[in-house]
Amino acid sequence: MAYVELQDLHRVFGDVVALDGISLSLERGEFVSLLGPSGCGKTTALRLVAGFDRPDRGRIVVDGKDMTRVPPNRRDMGMVFQAYSLFPNMTAERNVQFGLRVRGVTREERARKVAELLELVGLGQAATRYPHQLSGGMQQRVALARALAIEPRMLLLDEPLSALDAKVRVQLREEIRRIQSRLGITTIYVTHDQEEALSVSDRVAVLSHGRIEQIGTPSEIYGSPATPFVAEFIGTMNRLEATVLDGGRGEIDHGGVRLTVDAARGRQTGERVLVLVRPESLELSVSANGAEGENILVGEVLTHTFLGPVTRLKLIGPSADLIADVPTSRVDSLPVGRRVVAHVPSSGARLLSLTEDPVSGEPDRDGR
Amino acid sequence: MTAGTKRRIAPSAAIWLLLGAAYFLIPLIATLLFSLRGELTGKCCTLDSYGTILEDPQFVKALRQSFVLSLETIALTLVILVPTVYWVHLKLPRLRPVISFLALIPFVVPPIVLVVGLLDVLRPTPDWFYAKPYGFLVAAYVILAFPYVYFSLDAGFRAIDVHTLTEASQSLGATWRTTLFRVILPNIRAAALAGSFLTLAIVMGEFTIASLAAFDTFPVYIQYINQTKAYPAAAVSLMSFGITWAAMLALLFVGRGRTARTAQIAGTR
Repeated sequence: MAYVELQDLHRVFGDVVALDGISLSLERGEFVSLLGPSGCGKTTALRLVAGFDRPDRGRIVVDGKDMTRVPPNRRDMGMVFQAYSLFPNMTAERNVQFGLRVRGVTREERARKVAELLELVGLGQAATRYPHQLSGGMQQRVALARALAIEPRMLLLDEPLSALDAKVRVQLREEIRRIQSRLGITTIYVTHDQEEALSVSDRVAVLSHGRIEQIGTPSEIYGSPATPFVAEFIGTMNRLEATVLDGGRGEIDHGGVRLTVDAARGRQTGERVLVLVRPESLELSVSANGAEGENILVGEVLTHTFLGPVTRLKLIGPSADLIADVPTSRVDSLPVGRRVVAHVPSSGARLLSLTEDPVSGEPDRDGR
Repeated sequence: MTAGTKRRIAPSAAIWLLLGAAYFLIPLIATLLFSLRGELTGKCCTLDSYGTILEDPQFVKALRQSFVLSLETIALTLVILVPTVYWVHLKLPRLRPVISFLALIPFVVPPIVLVVGLLDVLRPTPDWFYAKPYGFLVAAYVILAFPYVYFSLDAGFRAIDVHTLTEASQSLGATWRTTLFRVILPNIRAAALAGSFLTLAIVMGEFTIASLAAFDTFPVYIQYINQTKAYPAAAVSLMSFGITWAAMLALLFVGRGRTARTAQIAGTR
């Protein structure tokens, strides 16, 4: 049995279905992110786990014990909030001590533990400072130390980095992961930032409309999105609507262009499918006469967007618009207005049946 | 503005400032000069009137009574309102406009109407409550203090993130009681003190209810002296004014402490 189990959690606020049957299992020491857009139910799920709210239906089991009706102060779950949550009337040291004082831990033990934790989060020097004397990043580190001080069963992080600037965010998320790994504490991390979730998590659960769309490792989520929503939400994806021509050979028809896609093998002839191709999977070359080789789509370069090591090109074509990433060093040979061909790799594309997705509705026809 | 530049007051502003100061200070100075006249001779300057007041056992009794009434009113108002306002902010934010409206009623209902109504409504209560200032008057004063304390506390609660602080405290194992006393109260201290000082000022100066309900409080004593002794009346009025000012200065001091902290937050984040 898993260490933490969220079983069929439902929560409705008036007419709004915040959670519509969430089930999730976490192993001891695992770091799982709940990722999704605003209003998808990720924070609601975390609040149910923390005990600040109760589900209308479903159970929360931690270490074999049903916690669904246990009040938050008896759950032993450390939480770091999105808003700065340090007690303004206490120094960093006393903030970290708070949970220990509530538990009646001796003064010596408290002092030892507080020093150890502030050192762990790199704030040994700031123990006597008040929250208003700390930067946002420092406050969140103290909040993390405070949450860890009580040696919780689980660590719950509710978008703890969203109020910080980009550089501090990257730095702190790595620190959170380092500390989590070192302490081996089971962690649920809520975020709407896909990069954050993919970079620190053992597994990611992508939520939409109160449901889990997909659970998997970051590479599974990125490389093999299970639904059009996940494909759309995680990174950038070219979406090509097509019809299966020959399921045996993996041939599909996309706007009159015949493509061979491994993922189409075994599909029924005539089935409507959505072909998903990452921008970095498309190989671009300059078109001579518009009919070079197989598995190609033609288009004209519309825009360049500089992204550092790669440049993102938007192509406008007769069958679909495409997004392609090319090394920045090559971009001079693909100027705006140039007619190019995009080679669609037969093995790098994902395929979804257009009848499978009840959430996303009609696929985007602009090729994104 | 550079650090070395001195801020100048415009001449027109200075004139208005002086006029305003004169409006407030001239009556005070006149009262002070009047209070320094000899009770028998009517000539300046002697502290006889102050001596007369300070030696009067009724003065100490009335002052102590009003002071104790103030403390009791403050304590009762805070005990009722702090948990109420906390709960409203935390769980029932939709009730805030309703309570704000209720809090305005003591401003609208004249004290004479209030006291007549209270005398009637509280008539069935036991004598130890109805016939004693620490019962009846405090009940009336809690109503009078309600808007001042409520709006102070409301502002204090709005200045902190009640939800997050409460949830952070609970996630660390604290009970509601611990959360209220160790986390919430220290962070609304300035607001609670502000409401308390306003209550002190109100109770120390309230005359209508105490007089109509026939209790000898400090304002009633001032009125009595005013009717019987001219110069000591001026002295006791000034002393009353001093007590009110002391409360106001304490309020100002508390408010300044909070402003300084807020400014620092803005600078460090």
